[in-house]
Amino acid sequence: MRVIKDRSIIDDDWSLIRNIESSAPIPEGDVILPFVFWQTNRDQLLKTKKSHAIWIDGSIETESLLDDIDSFSIIALDFPIFKDGRSYSHARLLRERYNYKGELRAVGDVLQDQLFFMERCGIDSFQIRDDKDIEQALNGLKGFSVRYQAAADDTIPISERRKFK
Amino acid sequence: MYKYDDYDQAIVDERVEQFRDQTRRFISGDLSDDEFRPLRLMNGLYIQTHAPMLRVAIPYGLLSSKQLRMLAHISRKYDKGFGHFSTRQNIQFNWPALETVPDILADLATVEMHAIQTSGNCIRNTTSDQFAGVAKDELEDPRPYCEIIRQWSTFHPEFSFLPRKFKIAVSGAEGDRAAAMVHDIGLYLVSNDKGEVGFTVFVGGGLGRTPYIGKCIRDFLEKKYLLSYIEAILRVYNRFGRRDNIYKARIKILVNDVGQEEFGKQVEAEWEHIKEGVLKLEQKEIDYAKSFFTSPIYDDVAADDNSFNEVKNSNDAFSNWAKRNLYPHKIPGYHAVVISLKAPGIAPGDATGEQMDSIANLSDQYSFGEIIVTHDQNLVLPHVKQGDLFLLWQALDVQNLATSNIGLLTDMICCPGLDFCSLANAGSIPIAKQINEKFDDMDYLHDIGDLKIKMSGCVNACGHHHVGHIGILGVDKKGEEFYQLTLGGSSENDASLGDRLGPAIAKTEVANVIGKLLDVYVKLRKEDERFLETYRRVGIKPFKDNVYASN
Repeated sequence: MRVIKDRSIIDDDWSLIRNIESSAPIPEGDVILPFVFWQTNRDQLLKTKKSHAIWIDGSIETESLLDDIDSFSIIALDFPIFKDGRSYSHARLLRERYNYKGELRAVGDVLQDQLFFMERCGIDSFQIRDDKDIEQALNGLKGFSVRYQAAADDTIPISERRKFK
Repeated sequence: MYKYDDYDQAIVDERVEQFRDQTRRFISGDLSDDEFRPLRLMNGLYIQTHAPMLRVAIPYGLLSSKQLRMLAHISRKYDKGFGHFSTRQNIQFNWPALETVPDILADLATVEMHAIQTSGNCIRNTTSDQFAGVAKDELEDPRPYCEIIRQWSTFHPEFSFLPRKFKIAVSGAEGDRAAAMVHDIGLYLVSNDKGEVGFTVFVGGGLGRTPYIGKCIRDFLEKKYLLSYIEAILRVYNRFGRRDNIYKARIKILVNDVGQEEFGKQVEAEWEHIKEGVLKLEQKEIDYAKSFFTSPIYDDVAADDNSFNEVKNSNDAFSNWAKRNLYPHKIPGYHAVVISLKAPGIAPGDATGEQMDSIANLSDQYSFGEIIVTHDQNLVLPHVKQGDLFLLWQALDVQNLATSNIGLLTDMICCPGLDFCSLANAGSIPIAKQINEKFDDMDYLHDIGDLKIKMSGCVNACGHHHVGHIGILGVDKKGEEFYQLTLGGSSENDASLGDRLGPAIAKTEVANVIGKLLDVYVKLRKEDERFLETYRRVGIKPFKDNVYASN
């Protein structure tokens, strides 16, 4: 599968598992696991795996990841439908408040015209919806040359740039 | 007024190109209807009954004469020669062709205008007092803060896909003319016991099908925390607002569900994390915004001109207009003039391109080139010398813009209704017409005095019917248009939601029923009591009895 990562298209082997019984055996390979499953099997997972990737939907409170945040190398944020904007807040909180340095991946209904906003919130990889042209979607990152607000990608607000000349 | 710098101009120019590309992708089939919808809505473009409708942002209602001339040009070139000023202090064009919208946006960008975030589930145009900067009861001009909010909210990366739309209003005077209590966030400039000026913060007001008056969550917010506090409110809302039901998705539902106190606590907890961060406003940023809203150079002998009083005494029509359409100005000898867009037979809020051009010229001649759109769908020339009023009145009269009905029964608020809007259940414009035809006696209207009639063609309440002294809501009953009346609403400091009068009435009866309501008022009023005051004193019963007893 191809994803956009750090503004380039790359091949990627991580597969996302959205639904899995908590009592199910731990899947093999590079899998992104639902946070609730990961939490249930936490001790065993920490023993057996080096790299941990989780998926959270909009209803998971970001604060609940804190105890293990250093264990994760990928946190996949869900956009079940592009109109559901909760994960924008999750992304900013993870980056700006909890200083998460790993990969933040947008999954779900991820489309060209939302990428600009997602990237500004600190999301650095994008699994574009299957039926869309990933090459064309890259254009969504061009966005605007100027931003009014500081956010995860840019901590200098416009007021500083202006310097009130 | 605010002047774009290179940053502001770059943003609107790049937006034009972005939307041109999005429109091209939609027309070529790369984007589905569903995918294009939120993109076009964030640019104020609706697909309506007859054609697309484009809503252009007029930040806090303030226009320059140059901008108004551009709106006139757009109405002629891309539309049918008129525009509709809305209760959100914006303007709507009802007939543009989809493929020309990028060109319209490009034209707008040349005069520092845009349609960004005039629709969609994002932060909308911040609205304010139409007499900002000139009202005598003003503590501080709210518009610099509106502009600060406008910039912060434009393409906000975190808050562009909220559960639902989000509206902020700022009022800087004792009298609330911004209807701040019925906004998602209502901000009032106030001074504390130390004499410092800051904001009182209300959240969760709103109309629509579940109307609420805003709840106060902070009595005093220092100015430097304006943006961090709003960001905290928006973050709590974005995370926890309902997304499962479009009718329960506004912040008012969240505030009501968790409770005013608990919601306030959540906001304060979030705010603690961010209040001292990059959003904290430095005094120089506030001063920069303020530097655009300085007073023009007034004529200091304007008050010496006596011709105004002389003409008033000799000309009844002019005198009536002066009585209703002037608003006191902080500078002696000046007035703010309200231009009525509610002439009989005209859809409330509509202006032709020719009228817009003429108003632009008059504002250059008499009012320092400024025009303000009111949330009552009229226009204001904010600084007119009393010695110029008679000439101005004559010039307005030629353009059918001198109807002397501001604040009167026929100065109705009215949504586009079934004639234009695909959401509407019933017509509003035909009812406005019916009311105008029945109440065509100016002496009677002046005798009835202050009366706010507000009318919406469906429960979405674009016409603010809940806060009308008389509210009219169009409903559909088995394919027929009926109208539900409410009494006693207000959007001012004494904000209240109207009480339901009784069963909905037939379309042909609306004006007659209003007549019956006014008969009761005329019989029961004491001295100078306004309709709303009489209603509050006597209650709904006598009104109800008179309307329904005879049926």
